[in-house]
Amino acid sequence: MEKPLTKYITPGSPPPDLKEYSRIGGYASAHKALKEMSPAEITSLVKASNLLGRGGAGFPTGLKWSFVPMGENSPKPKYLICNADEMEPGTFKDRYLMEGNPHQLIEGMIISSYAIQAEKAYIFIRWAYKKAEKELRKALAEAYAAGYLGKNILGSGFDLDIYIHSSAGRYICGEETALFNSLEGKRAIPRTKPPFAAISGLFGKPTIVNNVETLVWIPHIIERGAEWFKNLSMTGAGGTKLYGVSGRVKNPGLWELPLGTTLREVIEEHAGGMLDGYKFRGVIPGGISTDFMLEKHMDVNMDFSNVGAVGSRLGTGTMIILDDKTCPVAFIHNIEKFFALESCGWCTPCREGLAWVEKLLASIEEGTGKMEYLDILKFHTKYLCFGNTFCAHAPGAAEPLQSGLEYFHDDFVQHINGKKCPWRS
Amino acid sequence: MLTDIEKKEIMEEAGQYPYPAVACIDALKIVQHHRGWVSDDSVKDIAQLLEISNEDVDGVATFYSRIYRKPVGRNVILICDSISCMIMGYESMYEYISLKLGIHFGETTNDGRFTLLPNSCLGDCDHAPAMMVNNDHYNKLTFEKIDELLSNYK
Repeated sequence: MEKPLTKYITPGSPPPDLKEYSRIGGYASAHKALKEMSPAEITSLVKASNLLGRGGAGFPTGLKWSFVPMGENSPKPKYLICNADEMEPGTFKDRYLMEGNPHQLIEGMIISSYAIQAEKAYIFIRWAYKKAEKELRKALAEAYAAGYLGKNILGSGFDLDIYIHSSAGRYICGEETALFNSLEGKRAIPRTKPPFAAISGLFGKPTIVNNVETLVWIPHIIERGAEWFKNLSMTGAGGTKLYGVSGRVKNPGLWELPLGTTLREVIEEHAGGMLDGYKFRGVIPGGISTDFMLEKHMDVNMDFSNVGAVGSRLGTGTMIILDDKTCPVAFIHNIEKFFALESCGWCTPCREGLAWVEKLLASIEEGTGKMEYLDILKFHTKYLCFGNTFCAHAPGAAEPLQSGLEYFHDDFVQHINGKKCPWRS
Repeated sequence: MLTDIEKKEIMEEAGQYPYPAVACIDALKIVQHHRGWVSDDSVKDIAQLLEISNEDVDGVATFYSRIYRKPVGRNVILICDSISCMIMGYESMYEYISLKLGIHFGETTNDGRFTLLPNSCLGDCDHAPAMMVNNDHYNKLTFEKIDELLSNYK
């Protein structure tokens, strides 16, 4: 089984430096792309591979790039932004890729920037990732010294500077238009769409935002081609995926597996199954803004379309397991408290709605809830939807809440009727 | 008053952007790096330097969770209170630290040695429960581990 993204990552050891990265074939794709391929050829190759964005939304990367205005008269400068904010609770995959092989990301950014003819690129990295930031700064310095960044890269006439921006906190910075405001030194509040980022993004210029795990694919696709990429997956969706598991399993961690690996294989084989004395009750499959999946979903192939078909989302592919000794109401309350705190406060449904959701859940958990609260919560899952809110924050919060209310209905009722949490002594 | 070093560092950041206001977050971080937190006076000084209003700077300063608008201790403990760490028992780690230091979330010890704050996910979910002290990550926390690691921060 091929593991292109993590093959050269050894946890606990320093990442490959430029010399080592070049020895294992690194930057060969940058040479090939910048010397032998046109930007349009790269974009159509990425389109043909059907690489779907790994930040959670699964939008086709090549298609996204194709929206950028090209040619002599296109607006300048254009920007590429690597979204390395990774603040979705339960998610720790981008950190692994950045700490373990920073040059792979930089090479991906060079080729991607060339494809959209961006002359400036930013890595928007979350403040807590000190080690990843340090490794990236070291790798950037090496790449500049070797002529992979700066003016006239590899004699191609293409110029590129990459900057690192370490965030100052707040989950909403991962929303791409909020990220632009943050990079512009403002409060990270989402912008109205349209205009879309590819036309008017950072400083009003054409901008593409891609996730770390998306960008690191680009050198591999240049080297091996679209067909190779498609064949890596279990279901034809293309590529491998970093799947992670946290919670009460024997072997929590992160594994690069074919996209479309079953939920059962990830949890039982790689994560080693539940810890002794704990039973599986459910799983949030891809960061906390995704709907619960249950035991009956164990044989679902974990790719974007198959997870979608059972009413959830693949999201980031990093799973959080709910066990039988953790209260589902407390679990959901923790999630909604996060969303309520992290709401940027710009639009009313999110700012007010999530705060009420959090209060109602706290009340149920403490044993002072009423049956009518369940209807109010359910109303919010419908009300906090796209069209009513400015961005995806509140709709994301509604996902685990609505499936949680449905799947763990009896547990909610038990809290309300018993006037206490059955998990607390 | 901003020091010459602070001003120089801020203007270096401002120089790489289309207009100075873009450096607002950088400026707040620089001041916090030197002073530990951002006072009302520092907000005004940054506003003047970057040619924006005090309110704009304060709006930014109070929005971001890692900018401190109140004084903090010499060492800041950030305990992850997100879902994976909740499952793996951050609450008992918090209670232990809280009892040990005699402070709750949002408070600073009388000797100014530690400030204790909750924090959302630190990206250490597979090694939960996790926390940070200043820039250092710690995970798979136990009471013994906490005793040992806290003794390293004076």
